[in-house]
Amino acid sequence: MADSKSLIALKGIERTFYLGDSQVHALRNVNLDINPGEYIAVMGPSGSGKSTLLNLIGLLDRPDVGTYQLEGRDVTTLAPDEQAKVRSERIGFIFQSFHLVPRLSAAANIELPLILAGMSVDERTKRVAQALKEYGLMDRAQHRPNELSGGQRQRVAIARATVQRPAVLLADEPTGNLDRVTGEEVVRLLEALNAQGMTLIVVTHDHALGARAHRQIRMEDGIVLSDITQMPEQAG
Amino acid sequence: MKIIDTFRYARDAATGTPLRTGLLIMAMSIGVAAVVVLTALGDGARRYVVGEFSAIGSNLVIVLPGRSETRGFNPANLITSTPRDLTLDDASALLRLSGVERIAPILIATTEINASGKLREAMLLGTNADYIRVRKQKLALGRFLTKDDLGHGAAEVVLGAAIRREIFGTTNPLGKTVRVGDRRLRVIGVLSEGGQGMGMTSDELLIVPVATAQAMLNSNTLFRILVESRSREQIGEVKARVLKMITQRHEGEEDVTVITQDAVLKTFDKILNVLTLGVAGIAAISLAVAGILVMNVMLVSVTQRTAEIGLLKALGATSASVRQLFMVEAVLLSVTGAVVGIALGYLGAAILRDIYPTFPAYPPMWAVLSGLGTALVSGLVFGVMPARRAAQLDPILALSKR
Repeated sequence: MADSKSLIALKGIERTFYLGDSQVHALRNVNLDINPGEYIAVMGPSGSGKSTLLNLIGLLDRPDVGTYQLEGRDVTTLAPDEQAKVRSERIGFIFQSFHLVPRLSAAANIELPLILAGMSVDERTKRVAQALKEYGLMDRAQHRPNELSGGQRQRVAIARATVQRPAVLLADEPTGNLDRVTGEEVVRLLEALNAQGMTLIVVTHDHALGARAHRQIRMEDGIVLSDITQMPEQAG
Repeated sequence: MKIIDTFRYARDAATGTPLRTGLLIMAMSIGVAAVVVLTALGDGARRYVVGEFSAIGSNLVIVLPGRSETRGFNPANLITSTPRDLTLDDASALLRLSGVERIAPILIATTEINASGKLREAMLLGTNADYIRVRKQKLALGRFLTKDDLGHGAAEVVLGAAIRREIFGTTNPLGKTVRVGDRRLRVIGVLSEGGQGMGMTSDELLIVPVATAQAMLNSNTLFRILVESRSREQIGEVKARVLKMITQRHEGEEDVTVITQDAVLKTFDKILNVLTLGVAGIAAISLAVAGILVMNVMLVSVTQRTAEIGLLKALGATSASVRQLFMVEAVLLSVTGAVVGIALGYLGAAILRDIYPTFPAYPPMWAVLSGLGTALVSGLVFGVMPARRAAQLDPILALSKR
């Protein structure tokens, strides 16, 4: 499976946390290869290490042992500021609780990654306007998060995660705080992005959601139990 | 991240919590306003005193008998411990020095005045005709002493305004005879009210020719000699010449002290400057308290905005950017507080001037600038710790907080 074209290559990843005297092996010898454009669901019970895996891929965490290559480049040894740059340009995060900045409007929240990347005002306004249009948030642009519905909030969050056109979209329980109908809406939106070629990695408890992915990774106690790739189910 | 965006973000963060921001700005502005108002008071006092002294005449050189400083042990000091007196001849000799415009010998004693059945204590001042110009005082009525030989004493007196009012009321005292001590003197003039200087008011004076005073007191010494130099620039030279002349006349012994108005002024200036600085220092404590408040509030802000900081990191913010955001916010709050405080301080000083129009309570520029500077520095210094804490925050922990 390991080939030079893989987007993400994890080799022998170990991650241990220390809680007081006890050690928690969040990840044990994890090896993964993820190709561009894949749609992956990471599943498993709480504490199985799936969130740690996601944080590690998102460069929010470092492995104790092992190497992580993103687009053929070893990113485990990068300096924190270089990792921040990779996060800014190649990785988009979506969270269960949206994590929108409450005092900023929808448009300003979407603009945030562009501001942090130091983009010029003209370019920013263009990109934000486009994102608002793509996600159907035009009439909600100046609303604050508390004036938006759950589905709208998650759409703002997705717009924010994708406004930099990242290579990987990491979603941690993206539907966890949404009802079934809006959850379905959000999932379809993510799948549409995947269909456009964006690699999508979703961490979830929800088996129904997990089953829609083309590749399912099951984890328990920091170990990858199974890694099944299936052909997309034909609709109907 | 661009600087302007950093500022905008920090500003939005500050205005996002109006109550917290308002209270913080208030605390900082009270500190700065205290510095501005108190230094305005201190500096106003300095200006007031300096102004009062200048009114006496700043070209003055004053000669006092006796040395006011020691020059270490000298056997001669043991033998000639009593200084020679200042005499009228000394005064006349000084008048001939180059650079000297006028002189006024002064002899002072307490006495009583008795006229129209009223008795009152008063200060007797023996001097010459030039005194009124040397001291820059004005007459309300009549004329001053005549310019005659210093040794010749006419039986004339010029009354202070308060003495005239209390003895004669509204009647014209000119030409009347008053009894001073055991002498009968004719009133030839009255001084204008409000003359100040040398620690007493001229309203309580009885001015007589110096020879008359010497005869009345049975003494031939002088209390002071006032020497007016021709210009301010010449004061130094005049002072040196005066000292040399008196030393010569006193058989080579330097037994007088010569002080200049400038030196007295400078001393007062210095004392009051130190006072102002002291007051400013006390006010600066409230600035320090405000600085600690800034730190406290920023620390709370970091805790409250944990999730936001984690998010910023996930979105690609470097630790430096996060640190900058919090530093800029702390500095913005401090500087806004300082600007508001300076405005309040100026307002306070203006109110003071309105209440006491004679008191020049203008805040000195150095105090305003240092108030602003201190606020800026305290914002920076007390912003560092919260900003570092924010930058070091673990994004995973920050984001997992729901």
